[in-house]
Amino acid sequence: MSHIDVFHDPHKTYFGFWTYLMTDCILFSILFATYIVLKDGTFGGPTSKDLFDLPFALTETLLLLASSFTSGLAMLDALKGNTKGMFAWFALTFLLGASFLGMELTEFSRFVHEGNSWERSAFLSAFFTLVATHGFHITMGLIWMVVLLVPVFLHGLNGEYIKRLTCFRMFWHFLDVVWIFIFTVVYLTGTIL
Amino acid sequence: MKTQQERENGTLKTYSLGLILCVALTLGAFYLVSEKLFSPTILIGVILFLALIQAAVQLVLFLHLGFEGKPHWNLTVFLFMLLVLVIFVFGSIWIMYSLNYRMM
Repeated sequence: MSHIDVFHDPHKTYFGFWTYLMTDCILFSILFATYIVLKDGTFGGPTSKDLFDLPFALTETLLLLASSFTSGLAMLDALKGNTKGMFAWFALTFLLGASFLGMELTEFSRFVHEGNSWERSAFLSAFFTLVATHGFHITMGLIWMVVLLVPVFLHGLNGEYIKRLTCFRMFWHFLDVVWIFIFTVVYLTGTIL
Repeated sequence: MKTQQERENGTLKTYSLGLILCVALTLGAFYLVSEKLFSPTILIGVILFLALIQAAVQLVLFLHLGFEGKPHWNLTVFLFMLLVLVIFVFGSIWIMYSLNYRMM
């Protein structure tokens, strides 16, 4: 080759992507701080205790955790060159992720129909901003997964596709780490206080 | 002996261990809260502690943080992010708590 291939080492890509995830984490930390500060600003509306359904949130948590796990298994198969296994695990990852998103949207629409939308109080504005930002990431993740898998289906696996899918796997694990704190700080704490 | 690729991408064993630990920690926190086993303050401390352990488990076993070769740039960026996060979150809580206290 006549030119120097600066993108040859995938670790540079992984480092760059990891740095993006860390900045995304700072975005979430600000939304968490906002939520914690505004949590008691209910303006006469419902409190977190009135609204949250803990078993429902637990189911969401377990779905997303399972999805994070299967995305890891999908990549293990991809690295072994087992394309079939990879597609099966990614299909399961997508289904679990989509079920999680479906449950979250169900919860949101229940709140809105009960008259408790983001316009109701500072608490609900902060709640919807934090949880929906996570939900938006999940939505983008599901779209990204499909966009990445179509070329693999058409052309088969290669080093470049493995690199992209590894970034996706990091993104998906990261979203589950963020969700641990949403489950703990928003749902569990909201049921106690 | 694990290869570098196994260290960076995990194995079926590390993923399964991570899943079992995370499910146990999640169910544990859920059980403590639904049974209200402690007073609210202690309960919040305990579930935050469980959340931190679970985050550590996922960072090590799912995201394989700390298994990269030297120099540990991923870990460095992570630790700096943690510093910024702590300043933002605890700083905000401290300022707003103090403000509420003084305006009473």
